Amino acid sequence: MIRKEMIAMLLAGGQGSRLGVLTSKVAKPAVSFGGKYRIIDFPLSNCINSGIDTVGVLTQYQPLRLNAHIGIGIPWDLDRNIGGVTVLPPYEKSGNSEWYTGTANAIYQNLDYMESYNPEYVLILSGDHIYKMDYEVMLDFHKEKNADITIAVMPVPMEEASRFGIMITDDENKIIEFEEKPENPSSNLASMGIYIFSWKVLKEALITLSEQNACDFGKHIIPYCHEQGGNLFAYEYNGYWKDVGTLASYWEANMELIDLIPEFNLYEEFWRIYTKSDRITPQYISGESNIEKSIIGEGTSIYGKVYNSVIGSGVTIGKGAVIRDSIIMKDAEIGDNSIINKAIIAECSVIGNNVELGIGEEVPNKLKPNVYAFGLVTIGENSIIPSNVKIGKNTAISGVTKVEDYPDSILAGGETLIKAGDRR
Amino acid sequence: MRAIGIILAGGNNNKMRELSNKRAIAAMPIAGCYRSIDFALSNMSNSHIQKVAVLTQYNAKSLNEHLSSSKWWDFGRKQGGLFVFTPTITIDNSWWFRGTADAIYQNLSFLKNSHEPYVVIASGDCIYKLDYNKVLEYHISKKADITVVCKDMPASEDVGRFGVLRMNEDARIEEFDEKPMVARSNTISTGIYVIRRRQLIELIERCAQEDRHDFVKDILIRYKNLKRIYGYKIKDYWSNISTVEAYFKTNMDFLKPEIRDYFFKQYPDIYSKVDDLPPAKYNPGADVKNSLISSGCIINGQVENSIVFKKVFVGNNCVIKNSIILNDVYLGDNIHIENCIVESRDTIRANSYHCGEDGIKIVVEKNERYVL
Repeated sequence: MIRKEMIAMLLAGGQGSRLGVLTSKVAKPAVSFGGKYRIIDFPLSNCINSGIDTVGVLTQYQPLRLNAHIGIGIPWDLDRNIGGVTVLPPYEKSGNSEWYTGTANAIYQNLDYMESYNPEYVLILSGDHIYKMDYEVMLDFHKEKNADITIAVMPVPMEEASRFGIMITDDENKIIEFEEKPENPSSNLASMGIYIFSWKVLKEALITLSEQNACDFGKHIIPYCHEQGGNLFAYEYNGYWKDVGTLASYWEANMELIDLIPEFNLYEEFWRIYTKSDRITPQYISGESNIEKSIIGEGTSIYGKVYNSVIGSGVTIGKGAVIRDSIIMKDAEIGDNSIINKAIIAECSVIGNNVELGIGEEVPNKLKPNVYAFGLVTIGENSIIPSNVKIGKNTAISGVTKVEDYPDSILAGGETLIKAGDRR
Repeated sequence: MRAIGIILAGGNNNKMRELSNKRAIAAMPIAGCYRSIDFALSNMSNSHIQKVAVLTQYNAKSLNEHLSSSKWWDFGRKQGGLFVFTPTITIDNSWWFRGTADAIYQNLSFLKNSHEPYVVIASGDCIYKLDYNKVLEYHISKKADITVVCKDMPASEDVGRFGVLRMNEDARIEEFDEKPMVARSNTISTGIYVIRRRQLIELIERCAQEDRHDFVKDILIRYKNLKRIYGYKIKDYWSNISTVEAYFKTNMDFLKPEIRDYFFKQYPDIYSKVDDLPPAKYNPGADVKNSLISSGCIINGQVENSIVFKKVFVGNNCVIKNSIILNDVYLGDNIHIENCIVESRDTIRANSYHCGEDGIKIVVEKNERYVL
């Protein structure tokens, strides 16, 4: 009989609406990160590096890119005879079919998948965090404490604690209480959304709460287990961990990679991060270009100047272009003499010649002030920006735009321009 | 596909100088991300040849590491796949491969147990893209016994290290001189052949009976008038890397936009083993001009007109000009390197000066590296 000690369930179905146009056509876990990676590469690499070779990836929102990226799991060595990676979309049942309505509901709908591996423990992960973590150490902690549920937590500054689910523990790390986004937090240990469940406990809770509407781990399953008197422990993690759920934190996490010795170091031999590389060729840096404090992906051709930026693979940067403090993803093209300041340009977008991004004063975005903030210009994938236009701060653009869409060739700060069409 | 492939990757020669101490020529790193054999392997894969044998002998460790998985070239198949054959001692043979024909003879069962009617033979030391199906179609239309892929070299090039041939109007090969002192033509053999499988088995067996071992000398040249041997000319880029000068020039060719476009961007791709290295990183002080930089590099100094392979560290105030830095080299601070090839996995001490005065200098220091 197949028997896996621990299997992982990776929740990758969320839209991540706070990433605005970046996730209008792809799920958040499939968004590019750090030049050549996608966000989901981090939990997947953590799994294989921790010795977990059975991973179910739960998808729902816009899964095409994610499916193509994961394939049969070759880049992560998750192509296995027994186990490996399995993509688990919602499916029709003989009665009562539904979408994944909540995190725990999604796991509940895949009870059969988990059951088929006879696990002792199930690791629940989410596909939207950047970190390196050895889940095996967490499992050792779980066993040592004889826990039913272990929740990974990290200390956050007290003033930020009200944004998180907060755990209150005793000296033994046992969770005595928790508060969901409390106004006056009584602890600063924030849940990282990483749980190890003993299988029997998880199964029992999922079945008992199966009628719960939009069943969620934080809101329903964990409180239920706590009420039942289960052993809940907090596993404190002190390494680098970043939620890249907002444009500002996404931009920051990318920029942290270009520090002289980054806190989150991709260049260490130990604990490599794997990804599907569809390009392997070196990058060409021309005679007129100048690059400082940047990381640059494979197959890129650079004829302009790049400072403080993260450039994905296959990008072309034209002559005389100047890129500063920006993220440019895979296969985007920047025209000659364009000036790009503090922008996020998604995959395959084309910026014409003599374009200027990030001009003028910072004004709040009129449509979604909470999403498009921080002075960023955000351009969705497969967009086209015509030549000779200027674009202000806190703006978002997606689709094929023409000169007519820009009054006086300017898109003022705080505007949002969403057009139909794709570059290809 | 109607053919199986054989890649001859056993060779070595002293014209590679110190570079061949470590590896077979077929494992020489090319253009930042490839190894020489990737071109023949990818061409086979892109020509839908599903079953390929690589014959190795000399210093095969580095090559074997590179071929440890066949999935990168899409040879991880149930039908066919990639086979690496090294010489083995058997009841009736205790020889190394004594020549190209002998290497095939010692693995004749590979040919005998296949069912595909044709064989494509290629060598592992050439840089090119070619659809072997086109050669095969030509071979069939000419009713040839053997088709030799050949190329006209520029008049300025010394062809003395190649097989030089002359064809008649029908493209049948009339003269073939191996490494001639004085070449009478500038058409050379690229070492790529198409031949019917049964024909090859017959020729190789007869060759072995007569105690002859070389494919070019004992089959092509010897049977030139007896068998219908035809030439198929290619016009696209083709380069053999088996001298230090040719190796250096071939790598530098990739700084030309048209060559880069041809190999890096135009369909089909050349495949190689994937290394999972992070993107290249440019720190303050980096100043890179007209160069290729590969993944995993960390650049703190000046690089000009150079090819920098994977995972190279360039220290502060370094000046690298017109050089090739092979993979996993650590260059300490204040190093000057000009007209050099720096051997892979080496560590070059800070404040050192290396310059190829007349010709290319090969830098091999074998210094210890202290890793934290």
